[in-house]
Amino acid sequence: MLKRRMTLMGLAVGMAATPAAAQELRIGFLAPTTGIFAQVGKDMVSGFQLWLDESGGNFGGAKVTFIVEDTEGKPPIAVRKAEKLVRQDKVHIFIGGLLAPTGYALAPVSTRLKTVYIASVPAADDLTQRDIAKYPYTVRTGWTSSQPSHPFGEWACEQGYKRVVTIGADFAFGHEVVGGFQKAFEGCGGRIIQKLWPPLGTKDFGPYIPQIKQNADAIFTLMAGPMSLQFPKQLAAAGNRKPVIAGGTSYDEFVLPSMGDEVIGHVSALQYSAAIDTPANAGFVKKYREKFGKVPSYYSETNYTSAQMIHEVMEKTRGKWPGAAQFVKLISAVKVDAVRGPVRLDEMRNPVQNIYIKKVEKRKMFGYEKDELWNTVIKTYPNVGQFWKFKKQEFLKQPVYSRDYPPCKFCE
Amino acid sequence: MTMRKPAAVAAVLIALAVTTPFAGPYPILLITQALVFAIIAMSLDLLLGYTGLPSLGQAAYLGVGAYLTAILASRYGFGMDWTFWVVVPLGIFAGAATAAFFGLFAIRASGVYFLMITLALGMCVWGLAYRWNSLTGGDNGINLPGRPEFGIQLADDVTFFYLVLGFFILSLAALHLVVRSPFGRSLVGIRERELRMRVLGYNTWLHKYLAFVIAGGFGGLAGVLLAHLNGLVSPEDVILTTSVDVLLMVVLGGSGTLVGAAIGAGVVVFLREYLSTLVPWWQYVLGGVYVLTILYLPGGLMGIPERLRRWRSATQ
Repeated sequence: MLKRRMTLMGLAVGMAATPAAAQELRIGFLAPTTGIFAQVGKDMVSGFQLWLDESGGNFGGAKVTFIVEDTEGKPPIAVRKAEKLVRQDKVHIFIGGLLAPTGYALAPVSTRLKTVYIASVPAADDLTQRDIAKYPYTVRTGWTSSQPSHPFGEWACEQGYKRVVTIGADFAFGHEVVGGFQKAFEGCGGRIIQKLWPPLGTKDFGPYIPQIKQNADAIFTLMAGPMSLQFPKQLAAAGNRKPVIAGGTSYDEFVLPSMGDEVIGHVSALQYSAAIDTPANAGFVKKYREKFGKVPSYYSETNYTSAQMIHEVMEKTRGKWPGAAQFVKLISAVKVDAVRGPVRLDEMRNPVQNIYIKKVEKRKMFGYEKDELWNTVIKTYPNVGQFWKFKKQEFLKQPVYSRDYPPCKFCE
Repeated sequence: MTMRKPAAVAAVLIALAVTTPFAGPYPILLITQALVFAIIAMSLDLLLGYTGLPSLGQAAYLGVGAYLTAILASRYGFGMDWTFWVVVPLGIFAGAATAAFFGLFAIRASGVYFLMITLALGMCVWGLAYRWNSLTGGDNGINLPGRPEFGIQLADDVTFFYLVLGFFILSLAALHLVVRSPFGRSLVGIRERELRMRVLGYNTWLHKYLAFVIAGGFGGLAGVLLAHLNGLVSPEDVILTTSVDVLLMVVLGGSGTLVGAAIGAGVVVFLREYLSTLVPWWQYVLGGVYVLTILYLPGGLMGIPERLRRWRSATQ
């Protein structure tokens, strides 16, 4: 499956990185295949692999060589592996990385080595906002952390929520998801009355749950990894009756199959749900599940779609590699009907796409016999860009969302 | 015997200097990385191998040097030209100063308690790197604007390799002088039997403290070089795993030999970074090497010639 090539020491002299052979497309893929994020890494690779298998590894006449490298989920290792992919394997494009810090670490590598980097998962806002000018060879096919939060804030207002407590994992991604929600929610008249930040990897929420203000209308959570599983359980055990709304990763299909019935009714926002009721998604879910034995998560979908977008560009060039700068131009102009819905890139090379508000329900889907938990879409916000309805210039003038921004004006 | 060892080390270093430029663009980076880790592994060997202090917090000094370099470079553009030669002593000083502070707490203990205290202090530095967002960038870390340029361009990997090789040779020589000096001999005495050294009138606390500070200084140096090697400083560089890795490098190569620590660094970096690009089961190899070394080579890889000699004389 994975082609790994070993360059004999002493043969490859110099560092002239001119990819040879016009009709070959060499793609490097960076994902954590060992360590605590190994299972997410598998979803990422599987998504890309599925498109490769369906297209027979032929992108408009170019034969695709697909090389996977392990980042172990650590930014410094990701940088080293990206250097390996570009210098030794002479890849045209490298894709992937999982966490936001990996995205921030890989984008400068693309600038330094003048090689295209496609951030299919890392969602750090500034990668395609305040910092994009520094990274002329970086393209994002995933999302910005705050992108789903903006319409979600408006949705929360529509539900009549006035006072919301946020509890989010204390790292950059958490700050951005919560920050986006706060800005939009307070923009339409809501109030964030309390912000709690348990550290990333918290297992025992005992010190946090009793602190949650009892006069709140709803709880907004943003969890990541195993935290996603622990928090709803402990919240239910504490007898919570308030509505729970959340950033997409708290309930994505990567964690959903391991969750119990206590999460039924929880609502979250993301650019993908495995339960999107379209023929394109039904086909994707069935194929993916048959092949890999599990429901695809957004990690699978975004890499599947990345492959689709690259394929689209290569069709246009009839399989000829157009050069890094030209490739970035071409992919910026691509519009695809992806599994998640229509996707195109904005002028800062971040997708404009549907944002789905979805509710966890136990039901049968796509003809599967068992009752399972699915993220049923209850509302679709079409063509959402990273700046939502805010003015781009003003948005870029404010600092990036952080633990202290937006400030908690209504905290009690 | 005594003349053969330095000659062998010199021969290996010359061979490395001559062949590395032809090693391909990725292996050059790995060899450079191995040399950087060799410096910090040797600094730990001064503690573990010569003084008998098993520190699990050596990555802290690496982190202090690396973050200092990154912050100066990214905020003030300092250290990107000839001022690099100011940053190097600054990094060494910062590492040593941190060790001087931590040493006040750590040197009171010995054995497993020393291990725990250094571990805790190391985690403090990691905690600062991870949580002090405004200074360290939090979990995003800091990207450096590039490598320094002063007449020669360190952006070129071969040039940068020679620079690191130079620092490695200087570190090896300096640490060699330290362990051969009367000071170093008394460290060995403390390792063997501290009480006797104290009875003989040595201030063993001060000896251990100075060794700790010296080791911190070399850790800081390794940090400066690592920051420019990766172009990125991240809390992952300071995390406990790095300290454990460094400890394993020393044990693997053979503690109390300096050269062994360098060899251990080479082996670990090769297995971790190169083997992992070839096979998905590289972690089993790494684990197997550790287990086999501990079981059959208590003296580390440097113990092999000695064992061979003994085995030969036993069979004759």
